[in-house]
Amino acid sequence: MSMAHPSAVVNSRQGFSLAQYLTCGRGIVWREALRFLHQRERFVSALVRPLVWLFIFAAGFRQSLGIAIIPPYETYIPYEVYIVPGLLAMIQLFNGMQSSLSMVYDRETGSMRTLLVSPFPRWFLLSSKLVAGTLVSILQVYAFLAIAWFWEVEPPLTGYFTVLPALVLSGLMFGALGMLLSSLIKQLENFAGIMNFVIFPMFFASSALYPLWQVQQASLPLFRICWLNPFTHAAELIRFALYGKLDPLSLAVVLGCTAVFMAGAIGAYDPARGLIALRRGPGGNG
Amino acid sequence: MNSALHDLRLYAEPRTPWPGAELALEVEHLSHSYGARKALNDVSFRAGAATFTVLLGLNGAGKSTLFALITRLFNAQAGGIHIFGHELRRQPGEALRRLGVVFQARTLDLDLSVWQNLLYHAALHGMSGREARERAGRVLAQVSLGSRAQEKARNLSGGQMRRVEIARALLHGPKLLLLDEPTVGLDIEARADIVRHVRRLVASEGLSVLWATHLIDEVADSDHAVVLHNGVVRAQGRVSAIVAAAGAQDIGGAFHLLTQGAAGGEVGE
Repeated sequence: MSMAHPSAVVNSRQGFSLAQYLTCGRGIVWREALRFLHQRERFVSALVRPLVWLFIFAAGFRQSLGIAIIPPYETYIPYEVYIVPGLLAMIQLFNGMQSSLSMVYDRETGSMRTLLVSPFPRWFLLSSKLVAGTLVSILQVYAFLAIAWFWEVEPPLTGYFTVLPALVLSGLMFGALGMLLSSLIKQLENFAGIMNFVIFPMFFASSALYPLWQVQQASLPLFRICWLNPFTHAAELIRFALYGKLDPLSLAVVLGCTAVFMAGAIGAYDPARGLIALRRGPGGNG
Repeated sequence: MNSALHDLRLYAEPRTPWPGAELALEVEHLSHSYGARKALNDVSFRAGAATFTVLLGLNGAGKSTLFALITRLFNAQAGGIHIFGHELRRQPGEALRRLGVVFQARTLDLDLSVWQNLLYHAALHGMSGREARERAGRVLAQVSLGSRAQEKARNLSGGQMRRVEIARALLHGPKLLLLDEPTVGLDIEARADIVRHVRRLVASEGLSVLWATHLIDEVADSDHAVVLHNGVVRAQGRVSAIVAAAGAQDIGGAFHLLTQGAAGGEVGE
């Protein structure tokens, strides 16, 4: 085995050009997309979960739950139609948590280091990973919407376009949350706790399954919890966007939470703060 | 054991063994703790350009922590690191682009092909698609794995994975290559192959190498060595000089003297 040392590549020019940043970001997105395509079971399970809710849960509750005319809807709607935006948010929440799991796994196996040892700034690497995860989640969402269309969940055609910015924002928020959590999880085994203490409470204590006014009538404390839950605002942002409308409050909450979660994640992975170092050490035997 | 040897750090050569020469790596007064446990304590050493430097230490000596700090997985709590004159904390981009790393744990993405792993690494260093493909093809052919390019990484043997990782570490043309116990888990032939290959890179291409190991038989008399024990540098300099200064027969004996009393004191192989 012999190899010429390719020493010519490192040049004396300082910093990176915009094209190099784009190359790096594109490479991270490409790698995430490849991983997603290679893990077909992940794609299937990402679709099966919300479809079960749509086909079984929503069908069963259709007769017992009536949905009053509330914005953004302009007429009475079946329960299946109401529940879909929440399910879209759920897909993205699960995807964010999947990314979190993947990061913890990568950290334990060491492959996370290949990313972190890149000479590009850490914030850029993490942001690129976040964008990659968001794009993957949007693919899943549109696949779900295509299936749901055959189940007579038919938002206006323009809604498929207007919902895209909302999906980007909510995907970024859940991805940033996942990234933050990945920095806090000490071991892979602890991930089950995330399922119990993050995913399910976020989903159930939200407007995904029931309109907030109904929750308010049933329990004021629960209503307040739902109202404070970022998942509620992601679901509402998607709900309004799917019908070509904007809910400014939800937009503000989603933007704010994304900024906070992302800042937390970047801080946690910042070499200077060394949260990983404090929690995990370097790995290896030496 | 010579107690003076145990208490004092043994510097077989002056702390600057390459006066006037270019330094590949300069570690100055590095200290780092995990909670109450001190992993590194005032560690200082230098590695010259185009040299093969061995970082020798038992398991738990602090080698992996040192590697984590040099690769900027996290910053040291005290001290500084320069890579070809670039201070890692202040100029991380410039320092890291001159660095190639082979981690102790396998870091290939097993779900991706060998080729895709290389292109991903090239992207992480901002290499354009054309340049990346050209160089990936070349480095893969040179480690005799060109025919396996489209196979998933999980289908390779341990030795082949290591060769791909070395090729990947060199893809962006670093000047300093760090290898953290790269032969662990490999059979004798694969180990010898890896060691030979990296030494050849130093001799013929002028690559600087920092090779962490606890295996004495990977150390040659002409190497420079840094002996790390319990987070402290016990000795550094040319191996032959360390052996002479320790009054030992060989580096195994010197290493034993320098690390005597350590838990699990088996010294290399």
